Amino acid sequence: MSDLIIRQGRLLDPASGVDRRVDLAIRNGRVHAIADRLPDEAAVEEIDATGKWVLPGFVDPHVHLRTPGQAHKETIETGAAAAAAGGYTRIVCMPNTTPPLDNPIVVEWLRMQCEQRSPVHVEIAAAITEGQQGQRLTDFGALKEAGAVALTDDGVGVSNAALMRHALELARHWDLPIMIHAEDPELSDGGAMHAGAVSDRNGIPGIPAAAEAVMVARDVLLAEMTGARLHVLHVSAETTVALIRWAKARGIRVSAEVSPHHLLLTDEDVEAAGFDPNWKMNPPLRARRDRDALIEGLLDGTIDFIATDHAPHERESKETTFVEASFGIIGLETAFALIHTHFADRLSPLDLARLFSSAPAKTLGLPGGRLAVGDPADLTIFDPAQRWTVSPQTLHSLSRNTPFLGRTLQGRIVRTLVAGRTVYALPDGAEEATQ
Amino acid sequence: MVEMSMPTASSASPETQMSRTAPHPSRMRTNDLVSINDLDLDEIEALFAEAEACKRTLLQDRRRQAKPYSDVLSGRTILTVFFEPSTRTMHAFRMAAAMLGAAAQDFPVERSSVGKGESFLDTLMTIQALGADALVLRHPTTGAARFAADHLEIPVINGGDGTGEHPTQALLDAFTIRECLGKLHGLTVTIVGDIRHSRVARSNILLLTKLGVEVRVVGPPTMLPHPQAFPDIMVTDDLARALRGADVVMALRIQAERQKKPLITSAQAYRRGWGLNAERLQRFCPNALIMHPGPVLRGVELDAGLLESDRALILRQVENGVAIRMAVFKRLLNADGREAWQA
Repeated sequence: MSDLIIRQGRLLDPASGVDRRVDLAIRNGRVHAIADRLPDEAAVEEIDATGKWVLPGFVDPHVHLRTPGQAHKETIETGAAAAAAGGYTRIVCMPNTTPPLDNPIVVEWLRMQCEQRSPVHVEIAAAITEGQQGQRLTDFGALKEAGAVALTDDGVGVSNAALMRHALELARHWDLPIMIHAEDPELSDGGAMHAGAVSDRNGIPGIPAAAEAVMVARDVLLAEMTGARLHVLHVSAETTVALIRWAKARGIRVSAEVSPHHLLLTDEDVEAAGFDPNWKMNPPLRARRDRDALIEGLLDGTIDFIATDHAPHERESKETTFVEASFGIIGLETAFALIHTHFADRLSPLDLARLFSSAPAKTLGLPGGRLAVGDPADLTIFDPAQRWTVSPQTLHSLSRNTPFLGRTLQGRIVRTLVAGRTVYALPDGAEEATQ
Repeated sequence: MVEMSMPTASSASPETQMSRTAPHPSRMRTNDLVSINDLDLDEIEALFAEAEACKRTLLQDRRRQAKPYSDVLSGRTILTVFFEPSTRTMHAFRMAAAMLGAAAQDFPVERSSVGKGESFLDTLMTIQALGADALVLRHPTTGAARFAADHLEIPVINGGDGTGEHPTQALLDAFTIRECLGKLHGLTVTIVGDIRHSRVARSNILLLTKLGVEVRVVGPPTMLPHPQAFPDIMVTDDLARALRGADVVMALRIQAERQKKPLITSAQAYRRGWGLNAERLQRFCPNALIMHPGPVLRGVELDAGLLESDRALILRQVENGVAIRMAVFKRLLNADGREAWQA
């Protein structure tokens, strides 16, 4: 006997290539049966998914959960609620917290906190260097034992090439991917937006695209030398895409992600928005040529998947000039609908499912991203027909810092399940409430 | 860019003025001068005409030793808030206010709560609550004046924001050129120096381009803007090319305080490539007028001899700076009862 039957949804399972209309039964937290038509079972809860997509729960390897120490920006509860509302069932949180996730005690503490407080799976990326200061390596083995699944100093780059070399050597031994925030701090110093025509026209200090690309060039060479797994976070520049394409062709173990905002927006949009600090993030929105190269890289497989870099900030951090405001925007709750809205002509539903679930899971060796019989019932249901407008009321994150407020999107997550249990359901009548 | 959204100050009753001191949550826009883009051609023309009238009367009054020149702004308070050091700009604004009968007060940033960590927004709200009628702001951060204008009801005049803009400097520069050469349209003006980090250059590029001037900018490659930042101007590191046939040459100060990184090895290195001297001017633009927003680093941007020549307009720029700011105050504070500028 099943616990729940999802009827007549369009099942999109990129891991097995399935794209068809089915009934899907869940039992004991796992997918129990999939068939064109499952028999009626008395007294079993059913969800009518006619006209909707049923997808593996999304996996976001790049989330700032702001725990510990920054509960004014996000908490485990609000971050997890935002993830669930965006269709995510598994997220990886970044270590630039207060204190940073740079030792096994705090990693273990956070893992236990998340187990108790988060309805979605939370994985932990620990710091590469103590205090993310770029000086001394952390204890990778102990961090892995405590539960870390990856290493990164995200938020800042590792400027010392020799240190990065040794980090890659040790990460290879412990079989942990190194996720790089590629930024040369000397080149980017003081910058607030992409260095180019728009920044110079307005006198805003710029961050050159090369600040990212020079570090990617360095690190793919170090990855080749050490044989380690290198993952490039939030790719923003055309030159970076070219370098990754070159590295992959050469057989270097490198992967890359791109965020929805870098795929959709440019520095010209920042100017058009009057330098609203909600359009400020690092790496910055770049020139149209960069944006076009990111799209091309995503479509040809150079870029492996989409990640949000969900970076919540309280109002005060953004209630100042563009130059002084904090970097970062939230993204969990708008990512899938944004990409569906703008790329439905270039990405098939199965492609979308892959870029949000199986690709990130497989690339980083995480569970999830599959929805076949026997798999955990971590899934999300998406209604491609529903139109909605992003507003503060539609968001579950503790913060509201997104440039997409006011945007009307095509398609909406209506329900998310973790181990067969509903962790998010769009309230009835929500369409009206968002008007 | 500029919208009318409040009763004109001159018609406001004391009660209305009281209520204006309350912080406003909404982003109301008043009559501000933040960017040259706030001004259309008609308004620029009106400002120049007003400045001409102010200057005429100033000179007459100076002869008669009569002060102030006018009391059109009597009872009004103009607050100068300078987060960066300044001599000529701040005092030109204060002189202009005094000449119009307004009280000019300085908000001493160094001794205020700013040093105690007060946020910029809270400082602005405090300033508004003090009851000033207008704010002249200088700030090291680009965009600070726009931010202030977006959050305050009282007029905000940008006295220089970071590497952003310095609109009154550009207005007085253009006014000075027109006064000396009788026109602006069709002239060639070459700006020499650290263009990328100069708010004076940025405002001048916007204003002079708008007025039909051919603008050229030249400096070391480390100090030039992206070629597409201002598509209609010449951007070059070749001094000879930029100077050839110029009607006006505007030298900028090399601003060490705005350069976190050395963009050139030394003063000599700058001077060798881009310093202005009599020989270079004689060769490429023998009749060009020479301008500088000050303060001048003698022997770096300009050879000392050039400062003393008849072609140097530096002190006239300072003098016109008072007239232009009087015109800005008069038009922003509706002293003659007309609507403030519309753009």
